[in-house]
Amino acid sequence: MGCDEFGWYSEHMLRPKVGGAFIFVWRDFSMREKLEQLGKQALSALDAASSSVELDELKVRFLGKKGELTAILKQMGTLSAEERPVMGALANEVRGRIEERMAARRGEIAAAEMEAKLANERIDVTLPGARRPLGHRHPMTSLLDEVKDIFIGMGFEIVDGPEVETTFYNFTALNTSENHPSREPQDTFYFSDDVLLRTQTSSVQARTMEKRQPPIRIIAPGRVYRKDEVDATHSPMFHQVEGLVVDKGIKMTDLKGTLDLLFKQIYGNDTKVRFRPHHFPFTEPSAEMDLQCFACHGKGCRMCKGEGWIEMLGCGMVHPNVLRICGIDPEIYSGFAFGLGTDRMAMWRYGVNDLRLFFENDMRFISQF
Amino acid sequence: MKLSRKWLGEFVDVADIPDSEFGHKMTMTGSIVESVESAGDAVTGVVIGRLDAIDQHPNADKLVVCTVDVGAEKKLTIATGAKNVKVGDIVPVATCGANLPGGHIEATDMRGVVSEGMLCSMDELGLDNRDLPFGNPNGILILNDPESDLPLGDYALGQDVRPLLGLDDRTAEFEITPNRPDCLSVIGLAREVSATFERPLTLHTASVSGGAGKIEEMLSVEVAEPELCPRYTARVVVDVKIAPSPAWMRERLRASGIRPINNIVDITNYVMLEYGQPMHSFDYSCLDSGKIVVRRAHAGEQLATLDSKPRTLTEDMLVIADSSKAVGVAGVMGGANSEITDATATVVFESANFSGPSVRRTAIALGMRTDASSRFEKGLDPENTIPAVDRACELVEMLGCGRVLDGIIDIDHTEYSPKVLPIEYDKINALLGTEISREFMRSALVRLGFGVDGDSVTVPSYRMDVEQMADLAEEVARMYGYDALPTTLCSGSATVGGLTERQKIENQTTANCRALGYSEVLTYSFVSPNFVAKLRIPEDSPLRRTLKILNPLGEDTSVMRTTALGSVLEAAAKNAAARVSELRVYELARVFRPIEGEKLPDERKQLLLCTYGADVDFYALKGDVEEILAGMRITGVRCRAYSEDGAFHPGRCAVVESNGSCLGTIGQIHPQVAEEFGINIPVYAAVLDYELMLESMQPEATFKPLPRFPSTSRDMAVVCDETLPAGDLLDCVRESAGELLTSAEIFDVYTGTGMQPGKKSIAMSLQFRSDERTLTDAEVDACFAAALAALEKKFGATLR
Repeated sequence: MGCDEFGWYSEHMLRPKVGGAFIFVWRDFSMREKLEQLGKQALSALDAASSSVELDELKVRFLGKKGELTAILKQMGTLSAEERPVMGALANEVRGRIEERMAARRGEIAAAEMEAKLANERIDVTLPGARRPLGHRHPMTSLLDEVKDIFIGMGFEIVDGPEVETTFYNFTALNTSENHPSREPQDTFYFSDDVLLRTQTSSVQARTMEKRQPPIRIIAPGRVYRKDEVDATHSPMFHQVEGLVVDKGIKMTDLKGTLDLLFKQIYGNDTKVRFRPHHFPFTEPSAEMDLQCFACHGKGCRMCKGEGWIEMLGCGMVHPNVLRICGIDPEIYSGFAFGLGTDRMAMWRYGVNDLRLFFENDMRFISQF
Repeated sequence: MKLSRKWLGEFVDVADIPDSEFGHKMTMTGSIVESVESAGDAVTGVVIGRLDAIDQHPNADKLVVCTVDVGAEKKLTIATGAKNVKVGDIVPVATCGANLPGGHIEATDMRGVVSEGMLCSMDELGLDNRDLPFGNPNGILILNDPESDLPLGDYALGQDVRPLLGLDDRTAEFEITPNRPDCLSVIGLAREVSATFERPLTLHTASVSGGAGKIEEMLSVEVAEPELCPRYTARVVVDVKIAPSPAWMRERLRASGIRPINNIVDITNYVMLEYGQPMHSFDYSCLDSGKIVVRRAHAGEQLATLDSKPRTLTEDMLVIADSSKAVGVAGVMGGANSEITDATATVVFESANFSGPSVRRTAIALGMRTDASSRFEKGLDPENTIPAVDRACELVEMLGCGRVLDGIIDIDHTEYSPKVLPIEYDKINALLGTEISREFMRSALVRLGFGVDGDSVTVPSYRMDVEQMADLAEEVARMYGYDALPTTLCSGSATVGGLTERQKIENQTTANCRALGYSEVLTYSFVSPNFVAKLRIPEDSPLRRTLKILNPLGEDTSVMRTTALGSVLEAAAKNAAARVSELRVYELARVFRPIEGEKLPDERKQLLLCTYGADVDFYALKGDVEEILAGMRITGVRCRAYSEDGAFHPGRCAVVESNGSCLGTIGQIHPQVAEEFGINIPVYAAVLDYELMLESMQPEATFKPLPRFPSTSRDMAVVCDETLPAGDLLDCVRESAGELLTSAEIFDVYTGTGMQPGKKSIAMSLQFRSDERTLTDAEVDACFAAALAALEKKFGATLR
């Protein structure tokens, strides 16, 4: 600090010094000088402050009701009428300067304080999270949901039917003759002569057509049962999705297009399927659809047992006899139907090599999905 | 159906088509080829050789050293221990590098003599006396044995032995769909092959010289059951000489998977394979009165079948009998009492048509499915009986093993007339979505043996599966190629599609289960019948009334579950055994409950939760159940202590109710039950009736304005009897505190120091609010006091 011709002060003169005494030099300053002095003092005190608490103290000291600025202004009465407005303006200017600096300092100090606080609150983010684990969906359900979504997008509804079923809906209404081998007790679980565990979701076809007239676009996912011993590719209980479309002008190329789309959606756009003739009592023409082996692209490998293709489903145009049995005129309407074996689809979709895993409910398996 | 490609070649020439292309194209026209294999694949490097010299082995008494000419300049030196060889014998020689069914052949040092191969026995080539009746079963196969009927003259030394032995034939294994029994024959498949490859089909009409007398003088046939036997055709052969059949016939049978037996039996099998018509041969001398009667068996009638097993017959089985006894089960198997033996001199050939369902039922009842029965049960062409029996007689004459009587006995009740259908070109194209030309359609049908006359088609008798336009469409489509059909998407009426309300709720509810940490399990719908006992379900409970499978795979999967609790406990047990330390699983499971007087059971869904682990207790499970119910907008949920369910811990079990409806049971599984399932740690489960949960749902949420005035909170701690359920206390507060009470929850239960014995303190947090104004202290105090007074009056509870 320097001095000027009107007098001088240095900061230490106004403040108690540790171990020292108050040294108070008083000269007969004019009010102008007092104000200017106060301003300088306040600014340098603000610059020196290091916490928001200190800032608050300085605000009281300089700008408070009993503060130093107020004390100076109280002496305004001793001034002449000309001096008063001049000093008043100066006082406001000094106040402004102090307030401005105080605001600036407040911002700086708050930022520094926040920084320090945050530094202090640092944690080790590599420690494990306190997880509340979600449950897992069975892969079978995931695949079913995927299939449902695709068909809903094509305007299909999802219908349900009983698993304990009559031979009528499971066979007879599906044009399956009394002596058809699929009826044999070696393939089908029976409760009585005419009640069984449905062997195919096709049973829902007849139940649906009986209840309503075309247009019909449904899929019927569900459990089906056949008398197969459990092994890596067989289970006495497995899943199918039956599809049925009946309307005017439904054709076999629609069947091909629909299934082609489904499999491209599920397995990717480069998926190849092929259709070849087959026989089902409830469709005519009938087909089986094969999926080209992903592993060898049709060349034949261990995965597809050298075939190059994996048998995926049976399908065909709804047999006119079935339409008739269900009260739909085959001269007006036609339709197609298919039965997807979704267990096999899920196995291929997720690379599962043993069907038994689907029904053992081992969390080490299910939690992978 | 196993098809010999050599045999096939007799009807259609496709010898130039490799196996893989043959298999692929046949599969793509509907005759699925599962494999093409040859018995000869296992025999390589075996050639025809002649023994030029046989010398004693210098170092071994039991071995000889042969000098073998295999057509090459250098003769082979081969040591053998066989005793049946002599100089000049022609034998199969496995040269170095050869492969046999039993292993690989290399030059080996046999006690100082390097043997450059091996002389083969029948066994080493995978053959036996059925294939080569002249062969010595205990020595080297001598190809030029005086008894040999091999065409050795056509072969030179050093040539591969396989063609000589018929091991070069290739067998295509077909999967034939049940609608095409005609394809269970060489001729039927030849027809498909001819149509597929567009090669001409050469069919043969049997011609029989006969002349040995008149059949009517020896045999009469009576069909007592024309329903079960629409056609019965027979011919008789006399002066039969039983012997092995010739090599070519034996080889074809073997390639088709049938073992040769003797000429007469082989002929019946040969004709069955060639024509698809099962045949049977009886020893005429065993038929009393020279009479055949086709009748139902008498109840309890006994018959030993050809497999030497005694069979007890029933009245719904059809038998072939003579005037006094049964001699065969119709369409299934002949009787041992009329079997062809070496002494047989007169043979009756039966070529009949039996009812498919009857044969099927009989075969199942007797537990014997034969080549014949599996053909008959699919329904055969009655027009095939005469060509087949004539072919058998022709073969008899060809083989010179008997003289055929003139005449055929043919009892025919079928009244066959060919089906004629119009070719509805436009309808076929509309159904297929194609624009296939009329010419193509007609030519495809002709190729398949249909008689095409203008725009109508005569269905051949063997195509009993073709009845209408759709059937013709399939014939056209498979000849056109399914793969050649374009792909389109359905046009036509728009449909909305989408999930039903129920399906959406199901998705949401199961998603909520997963959000709460429960994973989905899928368990079998059928369970062990002992589950009801394991779950300690009372004897008189309706849950004990299960649907039983008549023909289960095993006891463990023999009844339909009436509750899925056992299923999830089983899943939990598996995980506990696999040391999965914490488990939370759910299943939305179907259960099956018989309904009195109804054919089908009530199939309803249960929502099961099952959990164990360090953080799991009753309240954790209860909280999860409450969340799931809240997620379904089920309100007014209360838990009531329940000790009557045997599956649960009597002190840690509750029924869950919503507005008077009992939704299910939750709690800790009874330790004894847990142990029965193999779980030795506390395990908790909720068994909820999903259908009732759906019924208890509140309608869709509607907006209520947000509170405009602040709520006031008051805590209340009361002392009451320790046995008093806290829920009752809470209910009482909710009922008595007035409409301003918005919620009352328990936050602490205290017993112990400072409490009188038998007493506990329950602390509750009460919230009050009005939608019209800010409540005054006085108002809240009044509500509080009312609640307290009610508690005191009802339970003797006092403010702590």
